[in-house]
Amino acid sequence: MSTLMDVPAGKTKREVIDQAVIRFAGDSGDGMQITGSQFTNTVALYGNDIATFPDYPAEIRAPAGTVPGVSGFQLNFSSEEVHTPGDSIDVLIAMNPAALKVNVGDLKANGIAIINSDSFKEGDLRKAHLTSNPLEDHSLDKFRVFPVELQRLTRSALQHLGLDAKAMDRCKNFFALGMCYWLYNRSMEPTVRWIDDKFKKKPLLAEANKLALKAGYSYCEATEAFQISYEIPPAQLSPGLYRNLSGNQALALGFVTAAKKAGLTLFLGSYPITPASDILHELSQYKDFGVLTFQAEDEIAAITSSIGASYAGSLAITTTSGPGMALKTEALGLAVMTELPLVICNIQRGGPSTGLPTKTEQADLLQALFGRNSEAPIPVLAAATPGDCFWIAVEASRIALKYMVPVIILSDGYLANGAEPWRIPSVDEIPGFPVRFATDPEGFLPYKRDPETLARPWAIPGTPGLEHRIGGLEKQDVTGNINYEPLNHEKMVRIRAAKIDAIVQDVPNVLPSGDPEGDLLLVSWGSTYGSITQAVKAERAKGRKLGHLHLRYLNPLPANLGDVLKRYRKVLVPELNMGQLLWVLRAKYLVDAVGLNKIQGRPFKQNELEQKIEEMLGRQEAR
Amino acid sequence: MTTTALPPLTKKDFQTDQEVRWCPGCGDYAILAAVQAIFPELGVPRENFVVVSGIGCSSRFPYYMNTYGFHSIHGRAPAVASGIKIAHPELEVWVATGDGDALAIGGNHTIHMLRRNVGIKVLLFNNRIYGLTKGQYSPTSEFHKVTKSTPFGSPDRPFNPVSLAIGAEATFVARAVDVFQAQLKDTLKAAAAHKGSAFIEILQNCNIFNDGAWLGLTEKDARSEHVMQLEHGKPLVFGKNRDKGIRRKSDGDIEVVPLGNGITESDLIVHDAHHPRPSYAFLLSHMEHRPGFPTPIGVFRAWDDLPRYEDVINDQVREVIAKKGPGDLNRLLQAGDTWEVK
Repeated sequence: MSTLMDVPAGKTKREVIDQAVIRFAGDSGDGMQITGSQFTNTVALYGNDIATFPDYPAEIRAPAGTVPGVSGFQLNFSSEEVHTPGDSIDVLIAMNPAALKVNVGDLKANGIAIINSDSFKEGDLRKAHLTSNPLEDHSLDKFRVFPVELQRLTRSALQHLGLDAKAMDRCKNFFALGMCYWLYNRSMEPTVRWIDDKFKKKPLLAEANKLALKAGYSYCEATEAFQISYEIPPAQLSPGLYRNLSGNQALALGFVTAAKKAGLTLFLGSYPITPASDILHELSQYKDFGVLTFQAEDEIAAITSSIGASYAGSLAITTTSGPGMALKTEALGLAVMTELPLVICNIQRGGPSTGLPTKTEQADLLQALFGRNSEAPIPVLAAATPGDCFWIAVEASRIALKYMVPVIILSDGYLANGAEPWRIPSVDEIPGFPVRFATDPEGFLPYKRDPETLARPWAIPGTPGLEHRIGGLEKQDVTGNINYEPLNHEKMVRIRAAKIDAIVQDVPNVLPSGDPEGDLLLVSWGSTYGSITQAVKAERAKGRKLGHLHLRYLNPLPANLGDVLKRYRKVLVPELNMGQLLWVLRAKYLVDAVGLNKIQGRPFKQNELEQKIEEMLGRQEAR
Repeated sequence: MTTTALPPLTKKDFQTDQEVRWCPGCGDYAILAAVQAIFPELGVPRENFVVVSGIGCSSRFPYYMNTYGFHSIHGRAPAVASGIKIAHPELEVWVATGDGDALAIGGNHTIHMLRRNVGIKVLLFNNRIYGLTKGQYSPTSEFHKVTKSTPFGSPDRPFNPVSLAIGAEATFVARAVDVFQAQLKDTLKAAAAHKGSAFIEILQNCNIFNDGAWLGLTEKDARSEHVMQLEHGKPLVFGKNRDKGIRRKSDGDIEVVPLGNGITESDLIVHDAHHPRPSYAFLLSHMEHRPGFPTPIGVFRAWDDLPRYEDVINDQVREVIAKKGPGDLNRLLQAGDTWEVK
């Protein structure tokens, strides 16, 4: 039984609503990511549709209480389908003045701000460069503000445990979480289970965190602080078994699945880099699936060891972000030349150079398409949502193995860390693609191609009679011997290009969502899928004739793309870059498309897209 | 049932039909001949050999070996080879590289492969010059060396490849010379017998851009006077008449002493290549820079008690599977909190 104060149920009003956006914000050491993930997990288990946006600083622990140190976690949860973490927020939990300062601008008028009033002393305000106390200067008047002494209340709930003050203070995020559970009428059970598991070996800390959680919940009940609580019923998702999944987790699971479907060992060569490292962390756990992970000495060794493992017959992958991708460039050319299967994941972040390591951007598309010396085409796939990362990993592996080519996957920081409910497939429903190595010495030649796919045979070391040499020098067609003859070189360049073009037979034709023809087509790729889907839905509800085409295959592009583009009066390409897909579409299809470009390290907001749509079509056109 | 015993492999089995494109007179020919001569003696099926290289004259090596071969990109051979070895530990993986490939552009991969003790044999062809790019100085070129890119003399101080490898705590480190065929073959065989990383610096003559770089060791009489052959368990003796030796001083340093006048071989250091710590081998590797000291060749260090990297990685997989059983993919996909939507 709980040792907490027993309080009678409050006489508060309960209102049923269909959607809410909540943001937890505090110091990077305040546990905001854990708090946010716990809330997410709980509402997902309850059956709400969700979209999350963790936003954390690049510094591990920026000075406490300062603006650069603010870490945030935003969640949109709903009884309807949601595709974005939400433009503005209904509830803000601010653990200190800096967190309030950074985030209050996104809080809706009349929104709820739960503020840790214990951290609004003069020194705290100074660290956030605030000249007056927002709790007193009426700057928050348009919000419903709930100052709560999170530190004092947490300490008083935990004082009998004999922990030091620092350890007690570390539990205050769970006090705030408990308050949120009360506010949205959610069970504390999933979080209690998580605490028990996480602190298995530290029962005192488990007890402290559980007490803080329950104290927060009871505080709301006892004080009737909010006078109102909310209920968001479960969403109607398609039937099936669901889990909450982030993009990086999904990639890891996708590769384990692909290896199983191909009948190969999975090899990951990787060098830690934000925001890709979680894939390495995840895959290094799956030893029971025979996964081999190699933390290399640098980005170059990460990819070249993978090329070695591929040569030796593994499903080889490497994971990185933009700066690492730049370092891997020469080795990508080697994989193109040696025609070995390989999957390269670029989890894009803001750039150039080190740029914004923890922020999202889609500015590496042209690098993926063209960033190599000479003619070195590589297929490029991009995931649309966190859960889609799973399917993209499987598909990229399948293409790499079928055509004997390196394949690039583009994800980004937003997909990598964001999570959504994912319908778990049964392994049997995923088609297999078993690999056959060459074994017959009769007529074997290392560059003799399959007539349909143009793939060369995969003859791995250890196979008697198939000893052969490959490398980065130009090859003679068929034999693979070194060859510098002019006509042979041109032939080989064209074959390597034709091989990538042939992959179009595996790329499904696209069908825009929304209107099949009309005034405006939005063309997108990558993580902007959610916000564009939402914006198109809203604008169509206003009577506009809009289509939305989201590309998962960026090289080769779908065969019918050119036709689809012609069915609309105007084409808009929203991207988190300066217009890279736009550039490709204009060059390839001679279409007068225009871009909507945002380069702020953040995803599109729905209203930014709607504004652009209205600007292009004119407000009066809406019927 | 009949079993057909395969005929034993010969040197010819390791020769390819590709025209060898090194300059006539290049030291690389001698190294190729030695490797082709010892491979058949190792008891390894031909299909299990993989020769990996980077870029440079030496890196053409795989094309001339009738085994599996991978001519990769500049400096990256140790990383490519590590991937092969981790994926397939049973393969016999050899790297052919040069002083630029292994110590300049690929220096990072070389030291990390050695510290990890990946079971790869590295043949570093050291000609103290960039050959394929036609004559710039290399990381092993002498200080003040005049080359195409250093008309006023090289400002760089060179690496000693053996010291570098020992510094990275390589478990097998040796030196051989292209023209000392018997000694080269013995050293290659010793490397082949080593399970962990094996690093051999092969002093090799580039007769076009740096002819005679090793003449001080290889010309008539020089070998016997200036070269000291290391042999495990034998005292450190050198000189035409085997009349000089290396003795430990009371301060831990070493000195050259003439034998005779009361000094006998029993006063000299007895070579211990199997010592677990690298400090003694490092001391040996540095003596050639000191006046009056010989240049040691042979095996400096051969300590094979460290597990191979690829075995450590693959053992972890085996141990987890032995403990948890092979992974169930459906269960993995359904891990964590799940909920059913009807």
